[in-house]
Amino acid sequence: MFGYYVQLGVRSLGRNPWLTALMVMAIGFGVAASMITYSVFRAVSGNPIPEKSERLHVPQLDNWGPQHARSLGEPPEALTYTDSTALWKAHQARMQTIFYEVTLSVIPEHGGGSLPFNVSGYAATGDFFQMFDVPFLYGSGWSQADDEGHADVAVIGRSLNERLFQGANSVGREINMRGHSYRIVGVTDQWDPKPRYFDLFSMFTVNGMGDASEIYVPFSKAIDLKIDTGGRNSCGGASSLNAGWDGWLHGECVWISMWVQLDTPTETESYREYLRNYAAQMQQSGRFAWAPNIRLRNVTEWLDYEKVVPPESRISLIVALGFFAICLINTIGLLLAKFMRRAAEIGVRRALGASRREVYLQFLIEASTVGLAGGVLGVLLTTIGMFGVGLIFEPQIAKLAHLDASLVLLTIVVAMAATVLAAFYPTWKAAQVQPAWQLKSN
Amino acid sequence: MLQIRPIVTALRRHKAGTVLIALQIALTLAIVCNAFSIIQQRLQHLSQPTGIDEANIIVVQNEWARSMSTQQVDAQVNTDLEALRHLAGVRNAAISNAYPLRGNGWDDRIMLEPDQLKPTTSTALFFSDERLLDTLGVHLIAGRNFQPGEIKAMDVRDKLSPPSAIVTQALARHLFPDGSALGKSIYFGDAHPVAIIGIVDTLQPHSVDRWASGFASQTTILPSRLLSEWGNYYLIRTEPGQIDAVAAKVRQTLFAQDVMRVISDKDGIQKFPDIRQAAYDRDRGMAVLMGIVCVVLLSITAAGIVGLTSFWVGQRRKQIGVRRALGATRGDILNYFLTENLLISSGGALFGIVLAVGLNLWLVTRFEMQRLSLAYVLIGVVMLLLLGQGSVLAPAMRASKVPPVEATRSV
Repeated sequence: MFGYYVQLGVRSLGRNPWLTALMVMAIGFGVAASMITYSVFRAVSGNPIPEKSERLHVPQLDNWGPQHARSLGEPPEALTYTDSTALWKAHQARMQTIFYEVTLSVIPEHGGGSLPFNVSGYAATGDFFQMFDVPFLYGSGWSQADDEGHADVAVIGRSLNERLFQGANSVGREINMRGHSYRIVGVTDQWDPKPRYFDLFSMFTVNGMGDASEIYVPFSKAIDLKIDTGGRNSCGGASSLNAGWDGWLHGECVWISMWVQLDTPTETESYREYLRNYAAQMQQSGRFAWAPNIRLRNVTEWLDYEKVVPPESRISLIVALGFFAICLINTIGLLLAKFMRRAAEIGVRRALGASRREVYLQFLIEASTVGLAGGVLGVLLTTIGMFGVGLIFEPQIAKLAHLDASLVLLTIVVAMAATVLAAFYPTWKAAQVQPAWQLKSN
Repeated sequence: MLQIRPIVTALRRHKAGTVLIALQIALTLAIVCNAFSIIQQRLQHLSQPTGIDEANIIVVQNEWARSMSTQQVDAQVNTDLEALRHLAGVRNAAISNAYPLRGNGWDDRIMLEPDQLKPTTSTALFFSDERLLDTLGVHLIAGRNFQPGEIKAMDVRDKLSPPSAIVTQALARHLFPDGSALGKSIYFGDAHPVAIIGIVDTLQPHSVDRWASGFASQTTILPSRLLSEWGNYYLIRTEPGQIDAVAAKVRQTLFAQDVMRVISDKDGIQKFPDIRQAAYDRDRGMAVLMGIVCVVLLSITAAGIVGLTSFWVGQRRKQIGVRRALGATRGDILNYFLTENLLISSGGALFGIVLAVGLNLWLVTRFEMQRLSLAYVLIGVVMLLLLGQGSVLAPAMRASKVPPVEATRSV
C-alpha cells in the first residue's frame, strides 16, 4: 500500500499544478531562508574547542576600580603586564599561557629582490600550543625553560613555511624578523579556530574572525625586544598611562590575554580563590583601593560575555524562522484547500471500506512528497543564497558559511518534517469526511 | 456593502481557512513592519556624512620593517610626506593615526575639571598636524587651525599632554551646551589643561559601530604627530579627478624614499570611497536582506490568499449560482468576496499590530534597536489590506462570472 500511496502522492502533485507550485515555492523559500541564516549562525556560534571548552578559563581582575569599570562592575577584558606575569610565575594552574598579538616584518634572507613583508601572530608562553591543541607539521612548541631563558626561538605557520621554505621541514633554520634572528623550533599545520575564542580582546580580529596567525615567539623575548602590541591596548583613561616603554609596561594599561587550564571543578574553585587572594593582596599593598573584583570564565561563558555572535546573525535567523513559520501557515491553508477539494473522492474511498488510518497515511505521504519537492527547491535556493551571504556579513564570516552534505540533508529533512507537521490539520479534516453525507450530497 | 452579517455567518463555516489567512497576515505584518524599521535605521546610519572630501582622499597604511627611534621615524615621515606632496595631482598630504570609518583607533575620556572622577564624555583622538584640515577637507567653523610651530612629535607610549585641541561641533556642544567651547580647557584625566582653539563642523570618528556610540560624532584633533615604530597612516588629498592617477604612483614614490617598509598589496593603499563601502557593508547587507524578505513574504502571503480564495470560490459555485439566480448582480458577488477579505485582513492586521509591537519590544531589549515608529505600522497595515484586496480580485472576478444556471447543476 505504501508504494501505491507514494505513487498517488506524486500523481496528485500534478493534479492542481497551481496549488502545488505555490506550496512547493513557499516551502522552498521558507526552508532556504532558514538554512542560509542558520549556516551563518552555525559558523559563528559553534564551540571552537568542544573537548576542552569547560576546562580552559580566562582570569579577569579589576585593576581600574569601580570608577572605571565597564558596565555592571565588570573588570577589564585583559590583564596588565604586572598582573599577567605575576599570575603566570605563581603557576597555580595545571597549564597556563599569557600572550599578546604582534605584527612583525619578516626580512627575507637573500636581501636582493624580495621585499620585507608583515606577518601577524602572538608573543606567547610555551603552554599556548598544548592548551589550544595547535597541530604541528614539524617540530613542536618551546619549553618553559625557553620561556624562562628568553630564548630566540619561533614557531611559524604552514603558509609562512611554504612562502619562505617551499614547505620543507624548516625546524632548526633561522628567520629574521625586524632585524632579529630566531631559530625555528616548530611549524604548525593550518590552524585557525573560528571564532578565535582565545583572542577576543584584540580588535583586529573582528568578532573573533581574522586571518590565521603565522608566527609565535616567546613572550619573554618579545618584551626584551620591546615589541609593542599589535592588538588592543586599553588604559582605562590617560591617567594610568606613564611615559615610555617601561612606564607603559608597569602601568595599568591592559593588553595581555591569559588562559589557564583547570581540569576539575575543585581546581577551578581553588584557582578562583587564588585569584581573589591575589586581588586582596593588591588591596593590602595599596595598589587597589577597592575590594577584590575578579572573574574566571570558561570558553563558553567567555564567548557569550564577549558577544561573539553578531546581532545581524541572530536577527536574520529570527526573521528567517518567522518567515518559515508564515510559509508553513500558508502551506496548511493550501493543503487544506487541496485536500478538501477531494472530499468526494475521500467519501467514496471511505464508503468502500478504507479506514481513517488509511486516509491519514495516504494524505500524509502526499504531503511529504510536497515537502520533498519543497526541500529540493530549498537546496537549490540555499545554494544560490550562499553566494549572497557575502552581501550581508563581512567576508571573514561569509566564507565560513558553506553548503555541505549535512546542510543539504538538514534542508530536505526540515522541509519534509515541517510539511508533514503542517499537513496534520488538513489530513485530520480530510479523515473526518463522512462517507454517507458525502455520497448523499453528490 | 451591507452584507457584513451574512459574510460573518458564512465565515463561521470556514473557520480554519479564515484563521489561517488572518494569522498569516498578522505574522507578515509583524515581520514587515520591523523589517521596514531595520531598513530605515540602517540606511540612515550609512548615509551619515563623514565631513571629509571623500571622493579625493587616499589612505596609505605604511609599516616600518625595522626598529627605529622616534627621531628616525619623524625624519622619514617628513621625507615621505614631502615626496607625496610633490606628486602631480596631489593637493596635500598629512600623517595621522586614524581617519573616519577606519574601524578602530584611540579613544579617550574627557573631563571638564582636573580632579573629576567620572568622565564628562568620550572622544575619538586624531593625532596630526596643521595640514590635516586641508588634507581631509574639513571645515573650520570657529577659532583657528594649528600653526606649524605648535606641532610636536609624540611616541605612541608617551604621556598624553597636548597644549591645545580642535574639536568637532558635536563634541563642543556636548561639553559646553551654552556654546562657549572656544578658549575653554578640557582634561584627559590628569591636571594638564588642553585648550580648545578651534571647532570644525563634522569629522566622523574612527568607528561608527555600536561599541563606539559613546563618542559618536565627537572627534578631537591634537597637534602631535603620533609616531610609532610599527607604522602610521598617510592621508593624501588629490585634485579633483586625480585619485586613480595618484593612487597608482604612491607605492613607487614611497619605496623610492626607503625600501625597509611594508605597504600591503591588499589594503596598503585604499581610496576613501572603497573604505566607506566596506565600513557600511553590514548595514547595506542587512537593509538588502530585509528588503528581499519583505518582497518574498508579501508575495507568499498574496499567493496564499489567492490559493485559498480560489478554493472557496470553487466550493461555493453552487451557492453563488443560487444567489445570482435570486437576483444578485455580478457587482454584488465581487463585493461579497472583497468585503469578506477585508474583514479577515482587518482582523489579522489588528492581531498583527500587537505582534509587531511585541516583536519590536523584544528586539529593542535584546539588540538595542530603535523603537518601531507608528508610521511603519500604519504603512504595513495599509499595504497588507491592499495586498489582500489585490489578491482576492482575480478569484472574486471569476466568482462573479459564475452564471445563475449553476444553481440548477449538481456538483
